[in-house]
Amino acid sequence: MSASQSPAAAPVSRPPHPLLEFWYHFKQNKGSLLGLAVILAITVIAVFAEWLAPHDPNIQFREAILTPPVWADGGSWRFILGTDDIGRDMLSRLMYGARLSMMIGLIVVTLSLAVGLAFGMVAGFFGGMVDVLIMRVMDILLALPSMLLAVVVAAILGPGLVNAMLAVSVVVIPHYARLTRAAVLAEVNRDYVIASRVAGAGPLRLMLIVVLPNCVAPLIVQATLGFSTAILDAAALGFLGLGAQPPTPEWGTMLASSLQFLQRAPWVVTWPGVSILVTVLAFNLLGDGLRDALDPKLKR
Amino acid sequence: MLRFILTRVSLVIPTFLGITFLTFILIRLVPGDPIEVRVGERGISPERLAQFRHELGLDLPLWRQFLDYVWNILHGDFGVSLITHNPVLTEFITLFPATLELALTAMLFATVIGLPAGILAAVKRGSLFDHGVMGISLTGYSMPIFWWGLLLILFFSVALGWTPVSGRLDLLYYIEPQTGFMLIDTLMAGEYDAFRSALRHLILPTIVLGTVPLAVVARMTRSAMLEVLGEDYIRTAHAKGLSDTRVIGMHALRNALIPVVTVIGLQVGTLLGGAILTETIFSWPGIGKWLIESIGRRDYPALQGGVLLIATSVIAVNLLVDVMYGVLNPRIRHAR
Repeated sequence: MSASQSPAAAPVSRPPHPLLEFWYHFKQNKGSLLGLAVILAITVIAVFAEWLAPHDPNIQFREAILTPPVWADGGSWRFILGTDDIGRDMLSRLMYGARLSMMIGLIVVTLSLAVGLAFGMVAGFFGGMVDVLIMRVMDILLALPSMLLAVVVAAILGPGLVNAMLAVSVVVIPHYARLTRAAVLAEVNRDYVIASRVAGAGPLRLMLIVVLPNCVAPLIVQATLGFSTAILDAAALGFLGLGAQPPTPEWGTMLASSLQFLQRAPWVVTWPGVSILVTVLAFNLLGDGLRDALDPKLKR
Repeated sequence: MLRFILTRVSLVIPTFLGITFLTFILIRLVPGDPIEVRVGERGISPERLAQFRHELGLDLPLWRQFLDYVWNILHGDFGVSLITHNPVLTEFITLFPATLELALTAMLFATVIGLPAGILAAVKRGSLFDHGVMGISLTGYSMPIFWWGLLLILFFSVALGWTPVSGRLDLLYYIEPQTGFMLIDTLMAGEYDAFRSALRHLILPTIVLGTVPLAVVARMTRSAMLEVLGEDYIRTAHAKGLSDTRVIGMHALRNALIPVVTVIGLQVGTLLGGAILTETIFSWPGIGKWLIESIGRRDYPALQGGVLLIATSVIAVNLLVDVMYGVLNPRIRHAR
């Protein structure tokens, strides 16, 4: 990140703290503030699902099968968003689903970021054959449509939530690797890197302590957008029957297992979709805002 | 020029070999070998098993198997489906036009709406229209398309009854495939009612598959236009007294189109990948649905061949875009 002058810095000699400056730029974008608020709300729901959910997500209220939401005819306050085809409370399932989705996002992003970062660092740092080899493999992964690759990996590993997360992680690794490599290449010949190399810093120190902190900005943006890809793709795999299996309250899986009630009880299909859309949209909004605030090139 | 094209083509060969290797290895990772899948749970005598393995070349070392695999592919042999016993290539070629037709109409949908929307948003930067377009396109970009498809079916097919729920054509009609494109085949057969039916079947899948590309095209067009509109030659064109339409349409758009064309080309992968979901929702008889069914039936040769063929088509399209890009923009051609 290069230091850029804040427009508000009038007579004060000291530049504002980087975080403050970041916040100044970030809050200009009302959309990303909204995204951040939604993400915080979903996180709270995900963490405290046990206390917030009105019912156990797996209890079947046999006397209340396919109850409509509270505002529709026949709805009741007992099941605010209605119940599904075997009488489970939609709201509770969605809340536990939020926990799953956030966990999927977190695990996928951590995993793919770690692997991609390592590949990109090594490729950018050592160059030569290592670079060519790693980037070729990444190109090959990128040549496959991501959904196709995820479907194939999930099919080979076998259906299940863990395998779906692995599949989605594999698919996004090349993005992080490429981004890291590009950032490393831009930094590696700067004076400060050469200086610490001359001072005797080993490759590991150079990579992790000297260069890495200066490459984080694009990675933070990509990781935020990675959350939305992870949630969306995992839900798609769940929908195709290759992800989390019923009765897991994963949003995509919930959608798939209540498909035949599409006409009779539209709400069982509506809510999981709305949840996916809102969550993914929030992360995309946040990512856009972060990009604007963190990328000096795009700053107004 | 020729040299540029040859360089690009030669760069693709390792990628292609890599994909081939990847599909080869992925299928080996499946627990159990093809024989066990074929035999099922009935069991088989060890002698027969050894014989089967020998027939399929599974007793050879891995590198020999891989070379044989590549050799067969170069001869157009992508294996045989375990279920239908048809060559995978034949099945692929039969189904591919359906996917291609859908992908092309989706791309058309995305471009026809996304391009003008992006241009207008850039020209009226900061206006309500701009914010609207950006908001809608971000929503489209975040859309779980499998759910979007269900909503559209619920609204247009079930509630309003305007469009059919699934398939490519009403069962009333039978059209002998000529090109495999239903819109063209029905016209060639002179069956205008069938054409209308095919068109009605296409509408919802097109919208669903085209939603994400539409969002991408609109956003890309807007940002490319914004960049170009800030250039000196645009100011010059305005200063010369040219009309706004002419400046935007002739001077700005032509330069903004280059990145947009690239993005449209790159969406082909997204379209073929998205076809998996869209075709599953609408029971569209194309490659995507076929792949998902192959997974369900554990038909691994079909899956392997299908993935390789899709990847090959994506690589081919990207290569084409790359070369076109060089043809359109000499700066790229001479850069390296």
